[in-house]
Amino acid sequence: MKIIVVGHGMVGHKFLEELHQLNLPHAEVSVLCEEPRPAYDRVHLSEFFAGKSAEDLSLVAPGFFGQTGFSLRLKARASAIDRRKKTVTTADGEVLAYDKLVLATGSVPFVPPVSGNDRADCFVYRTIEDLEGMTECGARSQSGVVVGGGLLGLECAKALRDLGLETHVVEFAPRLMAVQVDDDGGRVLRSKIEALGVQVHTNRNTVEITDGARARHRMVFADGSHLEADMIVFSAGIRPRDELARQHALAVGARGGIAVDDHCRTSDRDIYAIGECAAWKDQTFGLVAPGYEMARVAARHLAGQSDAAFAGADMSTKLKLMGVDVASIGDAQGKTPGCRSFRYADELKQIYKKIVTSADGKRLIGAVLVGNADEYGTLLQMAQNGIALPAAPEFLILPASDGQAKPGLGVDALPDSAQICSCNNVSKGQICAAVEGGATTIGELKACTKAGATCGGCVPLVTQVMKAEMARRGMAVNNHLCEHFAHSRQALYHLVRVGQIKTFDELLARHGQGLGCDICKPTAASILASCWNDFVLKDDLASLQDSNDYFLGNIQKDGSYSVVPRMAGGEVTPDGLIAVGQVAKKYGLYTKVTGGQRIDLFGARVEQLPFIWEELIAAGFESGHAYGKSLRTVKSCVGSTWCRYGVGDSVGLAVELENRYKGLRAPHKIKFGVSGCTRECAEAQGKDVGIIATDKGWNLYVCGNGGMKPRHAELLASDLSKEALVQLIDRFLMFYVRTADRLQRTSTWRDNLEGGLDYLKDVVLNDSLGLAAELEAQMQHVVDSYQCEWKTAVTTPDVRKRFRSFVNSDKADEHIVFVEERGQIRPARPDECPATPATGDAAELATTA
Amino acid sequence: MSIEPLVWTTVCAVDDILPDTGVCALAEGRPVAVFRVGHTQFYAIDNVDPKSGASVLSRGLVGNLGKHVVVASPLYKNHFDLSDGVCLEAPEHSVRAHSVRVEDGRVLVALG
Repeated sequence: MKIIVVGHGMVGHKFLEELHQLNLPHAEVSVLCEEPRPAYDRVHLSEFFAGKSAEDLSLVAPGFFGQTGFSLRLKARASAIDRRKKTVTTADGEVLAYDKLVLATGSVPFVPPVSGNDRADCFVYRTIEDLEGMTECGARSQSGVVVGGGLLGLECAKALRDLGLETHVVEFAPRLMAVQVDDDGGRVLRSKIEALGVQVHTNRNTVEITDGARARHRMVFADGSHLEADMIVFSAGIRPRDELARQHALAVGARGGIAVDDHCRTSDRDIYAIGECAAWKDQTFGLVAPGYEMARVAARHLAGQSDAAFAGADMSTKLKLMGVDVASIGDAQGKTPGCRSFRYADELKQIYKKIVTSADGKRLIGAVLVGNADEYGTLLQMAQNGIALPAAPEFLILPASDGQAKPGLGVDALPDSAQICSCNNVSKGQICAAVEGGATTIGELKACTKAGATCGGCVPLVTQVMKAEMARRGMAVNNHLCEHFAHSRQALYHLVRVGQIKTFDELLARHGQGLGCDICKPTAASILASCWNDFVLKDDLASLQDSNDYFLGNIQKDGSYSVVPRMAGGEVTPDGLIAVGQVAKKYGLYTKVTGGQRIDLFGARVEQLPFIWEELIAAGFESGHAYGKSLRTVKSCVGSTWCRYGVGDSVGLAVELENRYKGLRAPHKIKFGVSGCTRECAEAQGKDVGIIATDKGWNLYVCGNGGMKPRHAELLASDLSKEALVQLIDRFLMFYVRTADRLQRTSTWRDNLEGGLDYLKDVVLNDSLGLAAELEAQMQHVVDSYQCEWKTAVTTPDVRKRFRSFVNSDKADEHIVFVEERGQIRPARPDECPATPATGDAAELATTA
Repeated sequence: MSIEPLVWTTVCAVDDILPDTGVCALAEGRPVAVFRVGHTQFYAIDNVDPKSGASVLSRGLVGNLGKHVVVASPLYKNHFDLSDGVCLEAPEHSVRAHSVRVEDGRVLVALG
């Protein structure tokens, strides 16, 4: 069967994914995409301005077209359909035959028909090309105006503000987001948006755009007033792209859009239409979730599942506009006859909440939340599943008062069919099944069900369902560290800090039991070090350190250790290099340059370590903490000092940061990178903390990772001064140290953080928890109390004497045997050292012989 | 197996072993891991970790798993019961336990 898909946007691609999963035999699928690039995430388009690239926004998994055999033609617009011959003609004149045709042509932005709307530097907001044009224009503009105060218009205003422009929003209706919120909600939203520096003009009907006196354009309004700006972006709604249907006599909806039935079929049985271009019962849908649902229905129906049907869609939405939460559910305006409403407004904090109930007050039919949308998940489920409201429904939106818990939804009340993630249509039943299949973290659930993986709004609810299901199955929801402590790492950290606990014995006596183990001891050692930063080999701390920390080196497979002197920022003097070389030569060590831009020396026996370090310290080196769950390296490119492209002094900053955070003990190792320009030679976006120079300062990225599961770091803040940068890194690192699980890198910590990047930004940038000053002070304490552990170790006799192979002999450990390879040592394999004892009685024979 | 009197080797002073850590001693040429758990309990097992062939068990972390007082190998984290040398995760990788006693502030070890 030959299938042609016209349009490769979000919905078009979802259709392809669904089709691929259905594994239709003999399907020959061709996709015509008008844009120069494959499908990307238009929902998160504004992140393009925050540093995401077109590739970051791509929705197409690497190798998708290779694996599926589907063929994609880019820059290929379908210009005509011949329904009798069943062919599609592209603008280039290519003619393709189909058995089934799927129209996923999307929509076009509506541009009000006023004179001057086609002037230069007037834009619409839809494609990456539009955004590139806006960026270019923004760089030579002082001010910008967005026409349209709806959802997309406000997104767009954020983009203009991020471009550094004086930003205006012009809205025809008397309030912002006229479709989703009511008058009171619109008022609160307006004052919040204005407080962010965006000027809002409602009740304005643009009649003409002309040359401005002080800026490029002048917008003239029906009331005679005017507004001047250098660039204009139209975002006044969208119109379905139904021109192909109109040209070829397919039925269209009363208000436009290609008319489809419940199976997403058009008036031609062999042509389907899905997404924003389709009209179902004369309704079009401008949200992604209904589009995805249509894609699923069309794919199944086309594959022969005749019962696949579209049943309309809930237009409830929750979003964050410029940091302001806005949510709307069902009949938000209260238009249902006889309905009742409950309202709560806090003018100080600028929060507005309203619920609309049925006439008898028993069912929720709508809601508006502005300024805080914490209850969205609960309210949505109540509305969608017709769950009986509590006797006093007002408590659903009133702030919790002392001792009185807010009435929750109780996820147990939800039927298995309840849709928890609307973007990816994941039901409660599917989440429970995934839990049964072994997914017990949010990260794992996202990976196997896609729940919460698109907009992320449902993640708190997904977490609730997951925990409830785990509890129901008697699975350990407990995050107890081990049998000795019935506490999570985060809780232990808190207990240590609040209780001013300084030793493991005290921690065990007050909050644990037994002797401890190889799980809780290093965890406690790390927490104690993060909090108080005492010398890790002090008598009462030494027994907690695992072998690497106890001997301040990385243990290797043969029981020898590696030696890694710190070379901050990867910088080393010729004398330093010579000293390292001389030490390596003298002790016969294997040398290798690491990925962290320093030098590893391998093959040191435990009794050699103090002598080796004494010589390295004399040459000016310090411990590199390669053995610790702590800051490893700050990798840097050579930066503006030498590089002809460099914008910032990346090496200078890297050295400074490495020296600031060296020795900080954390739940896991931490790596930094600093690049001197966007060419990113230091690969900073693959690090826990990545910094990239801009012409205005430094961009800060966090939670990246290389290794087993590579993860791109995310932009936390842009164009920072060095002082602001350090302040944010202090907060970020300490928040991680305080809240992560043991052995959890920043990337997994971030993936499991409820509220995701927005939450992290709230805490680190906006100090939403009121912790910033404390986090900074704690970091400053760690910085101020830094010591080189090796220096203290070699100069403290009681500690130094622990570095020996045998307590009663000066002999060397004969189990460590080297052979030569490529001019250096390496551990001998068993077959190369017959002297190495095996196990059991044979061992005894070997050693006593 | 023949019954022979134990040969005791004095390996170190009690204070040479930090509480809840181990040291490695040579007893009749064989590397033995000697542990001090709390202040007064002493244990000895082979120092060689059968899984890796490296002489490292004295450098593992000491603690308990349920009723077993154990050391975790620093290389692959498998646990050995200090009283009998049994490897809890893989009994085929168990080691020999040895005798220890304290006399006049000295620690003595005998093989077997």
